Amino acid sequence: MEEKLTEELVKHLAWLARLELDEAEVKSFTEQLSKVLDYFKILDEAETEGIEPAFNVLELSNVMREDEPGPTLSPEEALANAPLKEGEYIEAPRMV
Amino acid sequence: MLRLRAVELARMVREGEVKAEEVIEAFYERVAKVDGKVRAFVRLIKERALEEARRIDQTVAKRGRLGKLAGVPIAIKDNICIKGVEVTCASKILAGYRPPYDATVVARIKAEDGIIMGLTNMDEFAMGSSTENSAYGPTRNPWSLDRVPGGSSGGSAAAVAARMAPLALGSDTGGSIRCPAAFCSIVGLKPTYGHVSRYGLIAYACSLEQIGPMARTVEDCALLLSIIAGRDPKDSTTANPPRPFNLSEVKGEVKGVRIAVPKELFGEGTEPRVAEEVWKAIHLLEELGAKYEEVSMPSLKYALAAYYVIAMSEASSNLARYDGVRYGFRANAEGDWSKVYSKTREEGFGPEVKRRIILGTFALSAGYYGRYYLKALKVRSLIRNEYLSMLKKFDVIISPTMPTPPFEIGEKVEDPLSMYMMDVDTVPVNLAGVPAVSVPCGFIDGLPVGLQVAGRFFEEAAILNVALAIETELKLYSKEPEVA
Repeated sequence: MEEKLTEELVKHLAWLARLELDEAEVKSFTEQLSKVLDYFKILDEAETEGIEPAFNVLELSNVMREDEPGPTLSPEEALANAPLKEGEYIEAPRMV
Repeated sequence: MLRLRAVELARMVREGEVKAEEVIEAFYERVAKVDGKVRAFVRLIKERALEEARRIDQTVAKRGRLGKLAGVPIAIKDNICIKGVEVTCASKILAGYRPPYDATVVARIKAEDGIIMGLTNMDEFAMGSSTENSAYGPTRNPWSLDRVPGGSSGGSAAAVAARMAPLALGSDTGGSIRCPAAFCSIVGLKPTYGHVSRYGLIAYACSLEQIGPMARTVEDCALLLSIIAGRDPKDSTTANPPRPFNLSEVKGEVKGVRIAVPKELFGEGTEPRVAEEVWKAIHLLEELGAKYEEVSMPSLKYALAAYYVIAMSEASSNLARYDGVRYGFRANAEGDWSKVYSKTREEGFGPEVKRRIILGTFALSAGYYGRYYLKALKVRSLIRNEYLSMLKKFDVIISPTMPTPPFEIGEKVEDPLSMYMMDVDTVPVNLAGVPAVSVPCGFIDGLPVGLQVAGRFFEEAAILNVALAIETELKLYSKEPEVA
């Protein structure tokens, strides 16, 4: 299986990531990331038959705590960083 | 005063030999004098720091109790949250962001009466090995101003090396503490994954990164670790160590210590003179009673690729939160949600962050997930297992921290792969989760070389112990860069 990073694919990935790129970026990223991707193919050589993926290293699972109420942010604090707001709401661009 | 160790400063402040206010003033004076050239800090919080210092001095006058960091100035990387103080990850996209809470490490430093001076420069979102990928421009290496200080915690390392702060915090995802520590000739430690809380650390790659201490001496580095380490209910990936980190175990005694020296970490990109300096230190340890053996860890061949696949994948997911709606920068764009979101990110992120988001999105997307992301996670298992079995037979693993001395500003920034290659010796321990420290071990033509000691889960005392033995023999902390 041979994958190549084309300018088309970079544009598609940028769209998936909601990241606008200009033409110069598409060109330079395609070239730079193709080299990186070629390097990543060394992973194909690793023998991993029967090996479990390590999502975390400490093998912790289901860390639980008591559900006790504690202090939380006030609406003013929670909204303080929003670039646009109205009253107690964050103003977002329209969805559709 | 600028030359004193943090442990000494804290003692002197507690015993009233010097005022905390005088200490803080002295370090800010040093910043005023040299940081125009080095550019280690991106934000100073002098008013707050002075207020803290005066409060500490009042406590001393009233003979009240003070903590282990009493009056010690500390520099903090620009990705760690202090309540009410702008933090940006050296990115335009977080411009103006003031966190409504303290990171756990910050709260712990305050509880021990440490004084935070300001925030230091870094590669944007901690993505880089040179501190060139910053919206504020590059930090310079105090040992040679036309060279990089390493990264991504380059500002913290440069601040400590240039005597602008006795202590600093960095974060290390794939070497971001150890690389600049090596390049600036200071001590920097990446703790065991889960040993230090990440609450209030702005995320890049959650399964790999840890906050850690940076200092001029092993003792100071150990002191700061002892304060920030420990389980935190606010970070469910923290764990209780089998035994808590104990400062008094760091004695510099290496008699009988078994050292593994993996040949893969002296690979083809390693400059022979760097390898030479590291070997000299290993032989020194041998003279002190340690035993070493050259070993092979074949899975390390895949470490760099596995690391970058995992880090980029996690980054593409973590950085999805920067939508210009809830905090930080928002582009002045017309249109629907997708349009504003995309435009905000185009204007807000620098090129390296964009590249990692693109390639991370690729590695996680349908059709490629198995070949890249899942495969990288399996390789992580291999590497972790190899470390664990190696560390059954040996107490520590020693290698160069960086394959070369610090490179020139501008040398690698246009060629991402050549920059990534610099991390070849540092990323394996992030994949394995084990702790590692970089300690100065020599100079090549006036440029610093660092040696890396890795060890078992939660056995930071053992690696610091070896680092201390090297430090005690070489005394490189007494060398100072000539920046003035």
